[in-house]
Amino acid sequence: MAANLDARTTARGGGRPQPGRAPRAARLPRRDRAAMLWMHGLLVLGAIVSTFPFYWMLVVATNDAGAVFHVPPLLTLSDQLFANFERALERSEFFQALGNSVFVSGTVTLSVVFFCTLAGYAFAKYSFPLKRLLFALVLGTLFVPTQLSVLPTYVIMAELQWIDTFRALIVPAMVNAFGIFWMRQYISAAVHPELIEAGRIDGCGHFRIFRTIAVPVITPAMATLGILTFMNTWNDFFWPLVVLKDKSRYTIQIALQQLFTTRDGLDYGMIMAATFAATLPLLLVFLLLSRWFIAGLTSGAIKS
Amino acid sequence: MARPLHQAGGSARAGWSRLSETRRGYLTAYLFISPFFVLFAVFGLYPILFTIYLSFYKWDALGPMRYVGWQNYGFVTSDPIFWTSFVNTLLIGVLGTVPQLVLALLIAVMLHTAIGRTKRIFRVLFFLPNITSIVAVTLLFSTFFGNNGMANWLLQQTGLGAVAWNSGWWGVKLAIASMVMWRWTGYNAIIYLSGLQSIPADLYEAARIDGAGRVQQLLSITLPLLKPFIIFTVLLSTIGSLQLFTEPYVYLGQSGTGSTREEGITMVIYLYSEAFRNSFFGTAAATAVILLGITILFSLVNMWVSNRLGGDTGGGR
Repeated sequence: MAANLDARTTARGGGRPQPGRAPRAARLPRRDRAAMLWMHGLLVLGAIVSTFPFYWMLVVATNDAGAVFHVPPLLTLSDQLFANFERALERSEFFQALGNSVFVSGTVTLSVVFFCTLAGYAFAKYSFPLKRLLFALVLGTLFVPTQLSVLPTYVIMAELQWIDTFRALIVPAMVNAFGIFWMRQYISAAVHPELIEAGRIDGCGHFRIFRTIAVPVITPAMATLGILTFMNTWNDFFWPLVVLKDKSRYTIQIALQQLFTTRDGLDYGMIMAATFAATLPLLLVFLLLSRWFIAGLTSGAIKS
Repeated sequence: MARPLHQAGGSARAGWSRLSETRRGYLTAYLFISPFFVLFAVFGLYPILFTIYLSFYKWDALGPMRYVGWQNYGFVTSDPIFWTSFVNTLLIGVLGTVPQLVLALLIAVMLHTAIGRTKRIFRVLFFLPNITSIVAVTLLFSTFFGNNGMANWLLQQTGLGAVAWNSGWWGVKLAIASMVMWRWTGYNAIIYLSGLQSIPADLYEAARIDGAGRVQQLLSITLPLLKPFIIFTVLLSTIGSLQLFTEPYVYLGQSGTGSTREEGITMVIYLYSEAFRNSFFGTAAATAVILLGITILFSLVNMWVSNRLGGDTGGGR
């Protein structure tokens, strides 16, 4: 089924394909112009709903602890951000957890991009026995709930004595079905067979052709896959919760959750300051790369 | 020392070059796809089979395993808390995804007709919630849903009564559903938008020439061609909501340890606490198998319904 979401638009790469944009704007009757105005109004409203919580996060993070439940709600920023953040530092290994998350997400991302590109390339450009069956198998694994395998995987990790290590987070995540599917779709459309043929005639080996001919053409798709993988690993909660016991190994998500405690009264200023600090890196990366990223996402159109 | 090694390398290379070009192609392809299958065998296939096996045993993850037949399934299905978690999962799933997908479709249609530059800005803004982690979203929303929080303040301003977002049967579910909705609506809108963009404009042109109105265009061009995208989002939202864990676990677990409170317990929280709190790995495995069964069932129903819907619109054309 997922194969239906084909790579028609993918070939266009980073561009913004909009063949279907109905060119109505030019000959709008008055009634339609009013509709247009309404529509933009609604879009603005939606955008406010989407972004207001970020602002609110900052409001709570910069005010003192009691400000969350102020009546009527406070909507102005204040100067308590660092004081709040310091309390978060006292109660958690915040920067350690941040470092752990960077390490784990970075390693997983590099590995996923490498292995998924290789496998996607093989599925797109090679013919070999059982190819269809194997690819169907890859797609099938997309629909198996991860929680189903959590118990045995936990047991395996215990046997390997990998509980409380980053290996437990990294190794099972090193390559995934979604990435293979994603890269295959893109490579089928973007890498022309003549290019590969030319490389072969020049006597290049298989890996050399992959590295020097295919990879340069498909970097946009690799980048999108990289960002997606990084975000998903960074935001993952369930599996780290299961395998990480020691505070010094916590990823940032677990560290954040641990701050959410009534033990000495819910200190929302502190919690939001930490949440803000944990969200900021992703927010910046996303805003810097967003044009590119969303274009890549719309051309592949699939959820992780 | 170096010499035999070198020779070995040399003979391997000679063996490689003796293979026919086709064979070499096969081997390379298998080599390229092998990491996935090795990893899948160890962390995918084996665990699934072992989960099914485990569901017939009593085991605390330490001592020896004891075969108990269908007893674990009996325990789970006669546990009222399991059924609470089942009902919760379905209710939160419906509350969180049905309005979400409808809204996403509306947003996508509006974005599609929006003017070029604003469209790009809106796309980024609508996608923003999706980059925040679920933990962050949950913590953030728990400030809205406190007893004196903004949600209740707004309700009181509009003359409606306050809601017990933290402890009420419906309050908790609505709060969690709203978190799911906020994080995923924009994402799905972007997916639908890419579907809309792949529909060729001349189809609409032809329809207009044939005298088709807006609504007719929507019903006979847009929706049928968007069908693969709709099936895709519906399917993944369904699977996602059946696996709901983090939002209720964090939202109701204000002791820093996570929650299994009944207003918000979901099937995966039930599974998690059976295994990692109570050390009943057998019943947890049985829960996992039941969850898989439900997931497959729901996916099939989804596919069937969407295919039929597609058939109807196709016939209407």
